[in-house]
Amino acid sequence: MYWKETMRQMNDIGIGSLVIVGLIAIFIGAVTAVQFADQLSGGLIPRYYIGYIVRDITIIELAPTITCLVLAGKVGSNMASEIGGMRQKEHIDAMELMGVNTAAYLILPKLIAAVTIIPLLVSLAAITSIVGGYIASVPFGVLTDPEYVRGVRSFFEPNYVLMMYVKAMVFAFILTTVSCYQGYYVKGGSIELGEASTQAVVYSDILILVADLAVAVALTG
Amino acid sequence: MIRTENIYKSFGETEVLKGITTTFEQGKTNVIIGKSGAGKTVLLKLLVGLFQPTSGNVWYNDINFNKLDKKELRALRMEVGMLFQGNALFDSLTVQQNVMFPLDMFTKMTKKEKLARVNYCLERVTLEGSNDKYPSEISGGMQKRVGIARSIVLKPKYLFCDEPNSGLDPKTSIIIDKLIHDITVENDITTVINTHDMNSVMEIGDTIVLLNLGKVAWQGTKEEVLESTNETLQDFIFASPFLQKLRKSALGG
Ligand SMILES: Nc1ncnc2c1ncn2[C@@H]1O[C@H](COP(=O)(O)OP(=O)(O)OP(=O)(O)O)[C@@H](O)[C@H]1O
Ligand SMILES: [Mg+2]
Repeated sequence: MYWKETMRQMNDIGIGSLVIVGLIAIFIGAVTAVQFADQLSGGLIPRYYIGYIVRDITIIELAPTITCLVLAGKVGSNMASEIGGMRQKEHIDAMELMGVNTAAYLILPKLIAAVTIIPLLVSLAAITSIVGGYIASVPFGVLTDPEYVRGVRSFFEPNYVLMMYVKAMVFAFILTTVSCYQGYYVKGGSIELGEASTQAVVYSDILILVADLAVAVALTG
Repeated sequence: MIRTENIYKSFGETEVLKGITTTFEQGKTNVIIGKSGAGKTVLLKLLVGLFQPTSGNVWYNDINFNKLDKKELRALRMEVGMLFQGNALFDSLTVQQNVMFPLDMFTKMTKKEKLARVNYCLERVTLEGSNDKYPSEISGGMQKRVGIARSIVLKPKYLFCDEPNSGLDPKTSIIIDKLIHDITVENDITTVINTHDMNSVMEIGDTIVLLNLGKVAWQGTKEEVLESTNETLQDFIFASPFLQKLRKSALGG
């Protein structure tokens, strides 16, 4: 029972978010490349640094944070309204009476799915961003293909990838628990349900940003 | 038999129930009546432990329901069936899966045994053959009957129905009422029904409790309803001006 539901959630979160995450990632990479190309245009710093900067900035910060902020809006609000709807329609009461541990039954599959799938989405976002940076710079003569590739391959710090995964998992945990909590304890009717799903997004976003800083402080220095 | 002993229940500042003491008898349909917002649903949910009373106790025979530990509670819940005000059928499950759900959760029956029991219950509510439909594909009355089938699938000793015929036409209401009454008598169940429909009270109510402003305003049997001069009860029964006129002329006033 749990397994089937977990698979369903994985599918919803993963496949359901591929397009939006991919799209956002391409643009993040593109904008970062174009912007830094402009700022490094003095000639003091070698051009291949653009590839290097795009890589690190997306891996460390943009891929996990932006992806998860967007997913809080998409997946988080969905979780809150799904569980909240079940609360309001007395489904949760009914399950409780039928001997189901509703908190575990409703939240665990979502949590497991989010904590495994979201890091995958984030790595995909990082790769797509680097490709996006290439698309926005190389064809327009900002720098050459070998330069970009050299940049992407320079000064590689494996710890940053670890950091990306830590962030992705922490953020996934935050957005799932916050959203499920908002849904599980919803009262009243459809207005309250709307509020709960908004609050799920707002609180998730705030906590994700705070956690972002906390992870950064903890894993650097 | 279920007995409540001086039950109080507040949500924050608002006191919904203020000292409810009453008894629901075995093998009978015990009805709770009262205006919308009187606290009927809250009382019913207190009886099954979905809410905890602020003070007071619920007794199942000589077991204090509010003192049960997790394991004992689970054991008792196997003997409880509940029909919710909005049915609470699971949208993503078929009729058959909905009715089978309690069996999946509580029993170690084989798939075949479960299916036989589910089919028996669906037949009992005259829904044979609807196994593979989804709740959204059947009418409100049919959903109610699926809800009833699900609530009796574990052969409960206690059955709770929250407004079993709200939103149904009079004819379907009577069918549902009769169904609940028959099941109660057949299996010697302690049944508690919430309603504000006087038709079903007079049709199937063996014992009646009237809630008003968080208190028991009146209790008694169906026969006693007609003779009672209790004002709150009269107000509730003869709510419409037409009925009041009718009553006056019947009494020769
Ligand atoms: N979870 C809750 N939190 C706060 N107040 C509640 C809660 N549940 C019910 N109430 C309040 O308790 C009162 C009684 O509600 P209840 O649902 O028991 O009425 P009812 O008699 O079942 O009415 P109806 O016939 O409309 O179903 C209402 O004023 C309601 O606002
Ligand atoms: Mg009610």
